[in-house]
Amino acid sequence: MEAVVDELPVILGAFWLTVKLTVVSGVISLVWGIVLAAMRVSPLPVLRGAGAVYVNVLRNTPLTLIIVFCGLGLGTVMSVQFSRDDLSLNSFWLSIIGLSAYTSAFVCEVVRSGINTVPLGQAEAARAIGLTFLQTLRLVILPQAVRTVIAPLGSLLNALVKNTTVAAAIGVMEAALRMKNLFDAHGDAIIPIFLGFAAGFVVLTLPLNLLSGRLARRLAVIR
Amino acid sequence: MSGRGATVLYDVPGPRARLRNNVLTLVFGVVLLLVAYFVWTKFDEKGQWDGKLWEPFLRGDTWTELILPGLLNTLVAAALAAVLALLFGAVFGIARLSDHRWVRIPAGVVVEAFRAVPVLMLIFFAQYGGSLAGLVVTEFAAVVFGLTVYNGSVLAEIVRAGILAVPRGQAEAGSAIGLRKNQVMRLILLPQAVTAMMPAIVSQLVVLLKDTALGFVVAYADLLNAGARVVPANYANLIPSVIVIATVYIMINLALGYLANWLERRSRRSRKVAADPAAAEAAAGGEVALMR
Repeated sequence: MEAVVDELPVILGAFWLTVKLTVVSGVISLVWGIVLAAMRVSPLPVLRGAGAVYVNVLRNTPLTLIIVFCGLGLGTVMSVQFSRDDLSLNSFWLSIIGLSAYTSAFVCEVVRSGINTVPLGQAEAARAIGLTFLQTLRLVILPQAVRTVIAPLGSLLNALVKNTTVAAAIGVMEAALRMKNLFDAHGDAIIPIFLGFAAGFVVLTLPLNLLSGRLARRLAVIR
Repeated sequence: MSGRGATVLYDVPGPRARLRNNVLTLVFGVVLLLVAYFVWTKFDEKGQWDGKLWEPFLRGDTWTELILPGLLNTLVAAALAAVLALLFGAVFGIARLSDHRWVRIPAGVVVEAFRAVPVLMLIFFAQYGGSLAGLVVTEFAAVVFGLTVYNGSVLAEIVRAGILAVPRGQAEAGSAIGLRKNQVMRLILLPQAVTAMMPAIVSQLVVLLKDTALGFVVAYADLLNAGARVVPANYANLIPSVIVIATVYIMINLALGYLANWLERRSRRSRKVAADPAAAEAAAGGEVALMR
């Protein structure tokens, strides 16, 4: 127990990094995922095909492989750099690329399933008043589609919180890797440290679940 | 909006729309080609399309000596973890529905706790916690432990939701003909629940297979380890190697995905199953269906 109290600032720092990873890649994936969903329902076969290939490739590749590709492939071999002197910042952004690329494929599928729940008449009415495809999507379909999939998007965000630990594969000092380091430093306090970190994840994910449930109910489209 | 795809979002194009669509197709086609060209030249600048980096994958010994052993390790870990996770899921899923509070509540706590903790943390904990208890925990054991406990908890929720989705009359009829509680569960509820939840179970097993790649972090000699450590160490070809390995993963997962779809179609067609898979899946929470 002492070890957990002594190392509290370090533990909180690790979770702060986890939160940053989650928020940044969450926002990027949401935007990119909606763009992908729009591509997959567009009238242009080129865009539909490109979106489908992207989603199927990324969804069926292990996240660890994607992150390793970003960290070692893009970072080391291709020398993609975000900061010349701060290596940890570099791997932070590289892992964000990986996390966003992976999560956006799932966001796309969720949003697309939401689009499928919007009644046909809505799209027909939108076209009847002369809206173009993009206007129909932006003003009529997507606002309703996204509202119906708030709960699944919430569980995706929840999964993303846990998936940020995979960034440990390229040495980002988020919660899981920090926990391993503390195991090494305090060999006698493995169980308290583990429970501390587990509690941290419960604290992060539980409010998310409640919030997404409440939001989903409040924003539900009444049909 | 199934069947004819997304066509309800736009009309069948007339002459003007067809022209516009053709122009836009051309524009976006060019944009996509430019993006592809940009990526290609960037990799080319670093010599990543060099024949000698790719040549090892045309030789049999790279596959038989380096890659296939990794694939075998991945499949062994996934298979063992899948069997154990299914057992774990069945036991805890049923335990959560027990009539006895002292069984129901601990089972619920275990399932909820392990679902909230990332797999990687469980793997680390297995390694360090095991050695604390005086056990020798190999990377293999740690990976299997982490995957079993996490996916077992998710499967427990799937099983529970499946059992709850079986109409109540089934259990009542079972009791009425004098079956004991465990007979009702074993003979009436479980078979129907498992049939109904089969697609969700297969999807979760795909997640499990993908998650074996986490073994890379603790240096378990799996497929990703072969592709990102062993092969590049021999031929200094990380990017080609990771691309080849990714293709292998994608093909395996697509095959399993088709299996899941086929099972879903089949269970939807069969009228014998009383439980509704869609309702059960929704009850098990979005994550079940989503994270595959």
